Amino acid sequence: MSLTGRLSTAIGLFLVAVVLIVWSLLAFLHPGTAGGYTDYTVGHTAGAPVNVTLQTVGAIGSGFGEHTTWVSYLQKDPTTGKWIHDTSMTLPANTVINVTIDQYDSGSPLRNQQWGQVTGTIGGTATLNGKSFKVYNSYTGNGVGHTFAVPGLDVSVPLVGVNGNLTNICGQAPCGNLPHNVLTFSFKTGAPGSYNWQCFVPCGLGYLYGNGGPMSTLNYMGGFLKVVA
Amino acid sequence: MTNQSTNENNQPHHLRKMTVMWVILSVVGDVLFSIFVAPHVPPGRLTETAAKDQTDFNILFEMAIPVLFGVWIYLSYSLIVWGDKRNPNPAFSGDAARTNMKAQVSWIVITTVTVLFLAGFGTYALIVDHGSGGGQGPNPAFSPSGALKAETAALVGKATWSPGSKNVLPVQVIAQQWKFTYRYPTFGGFESSQLIVPADTTIAFNVTSLDVIHSFWAYQLGVKADANPGVNNVAFTTTKDPGNFIVRCSELCGIWHGSMYNSGKVESQADFESWATNTEAANSTNTALLPAFAWTYTPDANGADGGYYNDDNDPYSTVETYGAKQPS
Repeated sequence: MSLTGRLSTAIGLFLVAVVLIVWSLLAFLHPGTAGGYTDYTVGHTAGAPVNVTLQTVGAIGSGFGEHTTWVSYLQKDPTTGKWIHDTSMTLPANTVINVTIDQYDSGSPLRNQQWGQVTGTIGGTATLNGKSFKVYNSYTGNGVGHTFAVPGLDVSVPLVGVNGNLTNICGQAPCGNLPHNVLTFSFKTGAPGSYNWQCFVPCGLGYLYGNGGPMSTLNYMGGFLKVVA
Repeated sequence: MTNQSTNENNQPHHLRKMTVMWVILSVVGDVLFSIFVAPHVPPGRLTETAAKDQTDFNILFEMAIPVLFGVWIYLSYSLIVWGDKRNPNPAFSGDAARTNMKAQVSWIVITTVTVLFLAGFGTYALIVDHGSGGGQGPNPAFSPSGALKAETAALVGKATWSPGSKNVLPVQVIAQQWKFTYRYPTFGGFESSQLIVPADTTIAFNVTSLDVIHSFWAYQLGVKADANPGVNNVAFTTTKDPGNFIVRCSELCGIWHGSMYNSGKVESQADFESWATNTEAANSTNTALLPAFAWTYTPDANGADGGYYNDDNDPYSTVETYGAKQPS
């Protein structure tokens, strides 16, 4: 091969390597787009509160992918009102978020009773079926099924379980008029940023320490809050 | 007269010239580093441990600078003065350097002294007074005065601390997927997501885990200790002035490992006491439900084990009535 040919080959390979490196860096820095986030900022009036409605189900059932027996959160689409299998939301910054969670799963004592205490909400309280509470003793009643927690905002609310001895516990999402607890609370988003939220009950039964499976898979027991200005 | 001595006579004082340049540049470099860089080298000086870490790093830098200049000066000098065109038979580089006794001895002596000093200094720093920032397991070999007494008292709920008391303050770090929480046995054993410690106080971090292996890394405090389930890993540090720090998990522990961090504060002793007593009161209802303070905790058998442990052990509570009725 001539000198020109060798030189052209070397320069060409070098340019290919540079392009690949730049593309990899950009892909790393911008791993995704806004797609996959349910957007609560559309049509939002500055200063007005945002309502978020979720439900938890012990077994998501068919129609939401291959893991029919996995425990999961679902989210009510604010536009269509349909229940969707998506745990990531785009929320406005410095805004009060009113959360309603229909909890259809049974409960148990917490691995760490610290998660039985309501933290980070407005007033430091939540309501269970309309009744305000600050601490739930997970060793009594039906225990705690899950928690809704945003560590970056210090928000944590125990989701009290339904009676595990019932025969009509929901096993097919979305759940309707079956036994459930209704929990409500409000918290305020802070500065723009990305916050993860998760359940702190090791409810991935059958997986290592209960924290595998649905606890380690996006759109089941955890997700992201993208807080935007 | 040999060829070598002839060359040396023709090109005198090379070693002296290089040495003078090396000494000047090294002194200037070290002084500039000490003034402009050393005070800002991580992890800072928020605690005695961190300050000693910073000192160690600075000593390494101060020693590395002369080595760096030594290599650069010799390389530059060789390229400029002893190039083939300029001097085809150099006395002190190339083949000549391989048989030059001065060069050989100087290189061996300098590198040997440097490496031996660093080995000795590192061993001293690790054992004598710098090693306590790392977790030492449940029975620390190097513990500050009064630490054992405070740890023993904490276990039976009798640890005391107040501003000016100089008592060691035990703080328990509980790692779980995927968050750290902290218990303060000196203040009724309350648990919090916040890590706040008083200034000018020796802290005994007792680190454990409720599930997998995590690692408690408070970089600015100079503390890093693995969090193992069933193990109490003790690390000490003595805080200095108030300031902020970040706690991160430094052991890959699952999907939210990257989010397993929180900020912490070193506050004045009065502010810390105020925060601790207020939090103790605010959390009292939940604190009464927590398991008795212990160095380690076994995940509960009543389902809180996540189906991983045998259901024959219930160290948290004998109450197993959940599921009996709907809460009112």
